[in-house]
Amino acid sequence: MNISRRYFIKSSGIAMLGMAALPSFLQRAVAETTGAGKKKMVVLFQRGAMDGLNVVVPFAERNYYAFRPTIAIPQPRSGSIDAALDLDGFFGLHPSLAPLVPLFRNGQLAVVHAVGSPDPTRSHFDAQDFMESGTPGVKATEDGWLNRALQTSPEEKASPFRAVAFGPYLPLTLQGSAPAIAIPDLKQFRMYGPPQVTEGGFEAMYAQTVDEAMRGVSHETFEAVDQLKQINPDAYQPENGAQYPQGRFGRSLMEIAELFKANLGLEVAFLDSGGWDNHVNEGGVQGQLANLLRDLGQGIAAFHQDMGDRMGDIVFVSMSEFGRTAHENGNRGTDHGHANCMFVAGGGIRGGKVYTRWPGMSEDQLHQNRDLAVTTDYRSVLGEIISRHLGDSNLNGVFPGFANDPRQFLGLVKS
Amino acid sequence: MGLAKWIDEQLNPQSIDDSALDKRLERYSTLGMSSPQLLNDFPPPAQAVKKEGVTKDEYKQQMQQQRQESVATMLPTGDENFDRANVELARMVGPNRIVAELAMAKMDRAIYSNRQLEAVMEDFWFNHFNVFANKGADRWLVTSYVRDTIRPHTMGKFSDLLLATAKSPAMLFYLDNWLSADPAAVKRMQAMRAMRRDRYYARFGVMPPGVGMQGANGRPKQRQDRGLNENYGREVMELHTVGVDAGYTQRDVIAMAECLTGWTIRGPRKDAEFFFNDRIHAEGKEVVMGRTFHYGGMKDGEKALEMLASDPHTARHISTELARHFVSDNPPPALVDRMAQEFESSGGDIRAVLHTMIYSPEFWSKDAYRAKVKTPFELVASTARALNADVEVTLPLVQWVGRMGEPLFQCQPPTGYSDESEIWVNSGALLNRLNFAFAFGTDHMWGAEVNLKSMFGADGATDPNVALSQALGLFLGGQVTPGTKQTLEARLSDPRILQARLDDPVKHVNEGLIAGLVLGAPEFQRR
Repeated sequence: MNISRRYFIKSSGIAMLGMAALPSFLQRAVAETTGAGKKKMVVLFQRGAMDGLNVVVPFAERNYYAFRPTIAIPQPRSGSIDAALDLDGFFGLHPSLAPLVPLFRNGQLAVVHAVGSPDPTRSHFDAQDFMESGTPGVKATEDGWLNRALQTSPEEKASPFRAVAFGPYLPLTLQGSAPAIAIPDLKQFRMYGPPQVTEGGFEAMYAQTVDEAMRGVSHETFEAVDQLKQINPDAYQPENGAQYPQGRFGRSLMEIAELFKANLGLEVAFLDSGGWDNHVNEGGVQGQLANLLRDLGQGIAAFHQDMGDRMGDIVFVSMSEFGRTAHENGNRGTDHGHANCMFVAGGGIRGGKVYTRWPGMSEDQLHQNRDLAVTTDYRSVLGEIISRHLGDSNLNGVFPGFANDPRQFLGLVKS
Repeated sequence: MGLAKWIDEQLNPQSIDDSALDKRLERYSTLGMSSPQLLNDFPPPAQAVKKEGVTKDEYKQQMQQQRQESVATMLPTGDENFDRANVELARMVGPNRIVAELAMAKMDRAIYSNRQLEAVMEDFWFNHFNVFANKGADRWLVTSYVRDTIRPHTMGKFSDLLLATAKSPAMLFYLDNWLSADPAAVKRMQAMRAMRRDRYYARFGVMPPGVGMQGANGRPKQRQDRGLNENYGREVMELHTVGVDAGYTQRDVIAMAECLTGWTIRGPRKDAEFFFNDRIHAEGKEVVMGRTFHYGGMKDGEKALEMLASDPHTARHISTELARHFVSDNPPPALVDRMAQEFESSGGDIRAVLHTMIYSPEFWSKDAYRAKVKTPFELVASTARALNADVEVTLPLVQWVGRMGEPLFQCQPPTGYSDESEIWVNSGALLNRLNFAFAFGTDHMWGAEVNLKSMFGADGATDPNVALSQALGLFLGGQVTPGTKQTLEARLSDPRILQARLDDPVKHVNEGLIAGLVLGAPEFQRR
């Protein structure tokens, strides 16, 4: 932590200049140490098991329609907005994801399908833990894959904003020995009261406390609070006409964009979204799932628009703990399944393609005769992004116990 | 009163007089209402629109007006803090008020109840049998759930509590069991309907009324066909009883769900009461975790739940959770063993298990002291108690708990809020805790009044060192590390701590700042 003290002292000098725009020579200095041009990652965890089969629809599969008489998304019809949006003649996007189609056509968005975890658990909470820890089947793992990725590529002058979870708590994905902070609301991330007394007083108290957990967290917190004084979150305006959806998801994406642009050293950002567990009345073209997807599509598109050229350095990836049953259930919903789909987006991606080793959907091709089978381990996808985009080749440290084999990579990251 | 006697009393809450709290709770008119009454008085927008024959926009306007009128009738008390809180409260009209009152009552209880252990157990069991108040009809069902299902069973037999939750409309709705039906039974009903249609047609030459009608969306009206829903069947085993590592399989989950088919709600948005529909109950024999259930009717579900309640895995699961809640994130195995033993031998008697826990050496050991980080709810309540605050309106406190990450009754997944400390110790949460301590200590908490002068005494008003030592004594029981004490003492020389006012040359201690600092200390974050 001594090393980041140097950074703290340096940047507290900048902080004293107040919230006005930084003079250009200082901006350059900040940029050098905070890595504009450095590769970045945004991770979205969709909690509750998103129904991948209704999100990226295998409309060429007859069984898809046989298994889902009421909630299936109709095959693409030209001019129809109530049908799947054709991606490649076999797969189509749920119509609520229309904003993502231009990104797909531009080569900035890819889909990975029939991907997931080898562990067969259908418990949300175990599956989420396994996916976040990066060690499916092993309950004892206490840190997350993303934190280990940071550990295996340590930063000399690490900014307190190097790894940020945008939400009320630090997810398992980012827990571990590498510093990471949780920011529920950028606008509220400051201390009340006369700074010398409250900020100064609290900081001093927590810096010396024997309570190790508190001490560690507080150190990062106060550094971050101090740094954040350089920007004015209340006044942020998205660029290029980007319009984020209302609600927590849109707001978090906007804050991620804002923090990236502030050049305060943000490298990996995490956010999650909930409500994907549609056991009842999932809906097809309209309904619960469609509503969630509307936000998802609009959010990702807005983020791309807002970041503009900066997307060249950023890879966005989404995941969910497992998929849902191939058949709909008796309540026009779906139950817990197995394989799912992931979205991967950004400038460094070979987009415009659905990457998959498609297992098929006949009864005997389904996992345990009920779910889409997993043919690509999610750790291959993340491993490719971490090694080829972030440049961290120590994958065995990130995903211990997994055969991290570059030959298994799907080739979706431009090296 | 000696400690043993106090513990004994707490374990028998009926023996404690709580009339002062009951008086406070009278202001929340929804607390005593039945679910049908709540549905009637605070109708869901869709129903209100129909009932009053207005459009959605007109309804919205009506609510706006109601809100404004409610605010206008608030008499200003002259105290800015109270007035602002009262306005916030007055703005809560419509169904939002129901859960708001529940949350406020919970906060009142935490701060002012004499039956402290019972209040803690109520919170524990609600979290264990979590229901998300914002899911559809649950908003109107949670009041009864807390009052009629959870509270009466907090210290009795676990199996009684389990059965009560299984039959509660709130849980049946939340985990979808009210829609679960035996697929074979559904097929039979469909066949019957088809047969009746054919007979009618054969007799009268036309389709019976109702067939082929179109619904509001232009599509043919269909009776919502049901099927098996395994959501509750899974969670009742994974979360409520035996736990995820008990060795049950997917087949057990399905069998459990079959046992519970027919456990449904009559009119979730009207009568809102439990109702066993034997027509959709699975008649065959079901095997759950090696035991066969073929009693017929409701007995299938009841016997299966009883089995789960008395399974040794459940004893261990519940004991571990209790020890984790009261003692430490990693409870000593010996303690858990002892508690699980008592659970089994007493037939799941919660009071007996608590007794065993409290009278265990591990409960009083040094390792257990301040081993747990206070949850946001615990922090807010303990701060109010430490400050001896006079809280007229608890809504702002409830909102702070939400800001810190634990919005009451609004935990979406059935796991409930985590009982492990790391979850609550992260940057955003820490900042909120410190800001909260500062706001409350300096008497800026809306709806509450804090009188530090009387707590710190005359000397505390003029000598910052006295004020500090009073604060440390009152808030931290004098238990503070020398390091923390020193850093606090170092702040005392700041001009803002001891300041002169324009009209008064004598310097006064800014007691609020000192209180805020002590309440934000690392030691106060733990219990």
